[in-house]
Amino acid sequence: MTELWQYEFMQRALIAAVLVGLVTPVIGTFLVQRRLALLGDGIGHVALTGVALGVLTSTSPVLTAAIVSVVGAILIELVRVRTRTSGDVALALLFYGGIAGGVLLIGLAPGANNATLTSFLFGSVSTVSEQDIWIVGALAVGVASVVAFYGRELFVLCQDEEVARAHGLPVRFLSVLLAVTAALTVVIGMQIVGVLMVSALMIVPVAAAQQLSKSFRVTMALAVGIGLVSSLAGLPTAYYADLAPGATIILLALALFCVAVGVGAVRKLRPRHGAGVPGAGTMPQTERGRVT
Amino acid sequence: MSAQFTGAGAELPGAPPALQAVDATVAYDGVPVLDGVDVEIPAGQTMAVMGPNGSGKSTLMRAMLGIVPLTSGEILVHGTPLRRFRDWRRIGYVPQRLTAGGAVPATVREIVASGQIAARRRLSFTSRSDRQAVTDALEAVGLADRARASVRELSGGQQQRVLIARALAGRPDTFVMDEPMAGVDAENQRALAETITMLGEQGSTVVLVLHELGPLEHVIQRAVSLDHGHIVHDGEPPHPTGECARPGHDHQHPHPDPNAPAPRDAHGEIIRLEVPGSD
Repeated sequence: MTELWQYEFMQRALIAAVLVGLVTPVIGTFLVQRRLALLGDGIGHVALTGVALGVLTSTSPVLTAAIVSVVGAILIELVRVRTRTSGDVALALLFYGGIAGGVLLIGLAPGANNATLTSFLFGSVSTVSEQDIWIVGALAVGVASVVAFYGRELFVLCQDEEVARAHGLPVRFLSVLLAVTAALTVVIGMQIVGVLMVSALMIVPVAAAQQLSKSFRVTMALAVGIGLVSSLAGLPTAYYADLAPGATIILLALALFCVAVGVGAVRKLRPRHGAGVPGAGTMPQTERGRVT
Repeated sequence: MSAQFTGAGAELPGAPPALQAVDATVAYDGVPVLDGVDVEIPAGQTMAVMGPNGSGKSTLMRAMLGIVPLTSGEILVHGTPLRRFRDWRRIGYVPQRLTAGGAVPATVREIVASGQIAARRRLSFTSRSDRQAVTDALEAVGLADRARASVRELSGGQQQRVLIARALAGRPDTFVMDEPMAGVDAENQRALAETITMLGEQGSTVVLVLHELGPLEHVIQRAVSLDHGHIVHDGEPPHPTGECARPGHDHQHPHPDPNAPAPRDAHGEIIRLEVPGSD
């Protein structure tokens, strides 16, 4: 078990995996709460254009991806606010523009081939350079600071935008901030699990955690735990079984989700004393929980 | 019976009006939902904004807090134009229902504590008095024993009380409540009426968007009725006769009964337009 950590690329991959497991579920919790679970997926598509620009201009793809996906996130947020009905179509245009732009630009880059493209689409731990680790580390610190500083406001925003306005919160700024933070999170996870699957690490651990929790804080903490376990267990599993690391990590997270659903169902079948007793009220309670 | 006339209660002399709308107009896609409304709510008053669905009553209150942008006119909050108003800790808002349907679970206590957002500085730890305010708010609405429950486990009436507790938790002095009695059973309605009475006695300004006065009859000092975006009544709350506590039954009412099931085209049109405002 210790031998694989002797490889430097595995050490770098490990650091990246820890950062990914820590940061992605935190932002994912806010996105799920705000019912924007697929925002990360959209940003991932746009990030591919950034990656391609990096490859084409021989600069760090992580850096260019960060810049382009932040710009993309701001655009997505503007589109979401400005257009009410056709918003999803406008977003789709942006997403497909992002992925098509990425494929096209990578094709133009000398020396780049389908393997280069695949490594960014689905993740490739061997491409993580030392410089990447520094950039990803800095981004993770940035994301964590945003959550530490604005977490309470983001909670109110994601819970109920109208109430956030009535509290005088800068709703537009916070929305853009969340989108930008999500973009940076996509970039953090991009190399390990790829732009197409990074959103899964933002959402699946949260989906698993909320099966087991009644509280927002606990959900977030559990999601971080599940994200960490998935990425830390997925990396050596992929190494020894010769599997794609990104896909292994995501499938592990999904397996944990299934376990969480099972545990949650068992808990609901055996309600603890005093829990789950419906209270007084005239409005019919339609969601009393399901056993699925 | 408490005094029931305009301008009664704990109004603070010299203080600017808590909320003031000057020629306020709100239009969705060019169609006015609120049409040049002038209203002044003195600090310390307990007031009801009434009217049928689509009358603009909810839109008026949402515009007063900047949730809905004005098409024209001006809003003053405690004497300051809304755009420059910064003292948001003074405002407690209760939305019509728990749109808190955030997909992530949250406990009752977490939701209620989030009402302190405007009163707290960033990066600050929760102080003992913050915690006490949350506990007090939960006790005021009778949900102290449910603090650790997930909001999803609660009934509609209980969720409504969670929203009221959230507004209380920031210890504001100006409350705007959008139909706080909707979906709440009679017993809980009485409990809420007591809470609102207490707020009024403490000198808070309380503005309630209401369909009917119900158990709040004795608390309300003044009622403003809207119809089709205009104020059609401003003064004493309508005196209910018998079972009826609806404003439409007030004989001094200058307009046709707004609660009558009038099959007018314009009526249906405005109801449709109010959908984004979730009146």
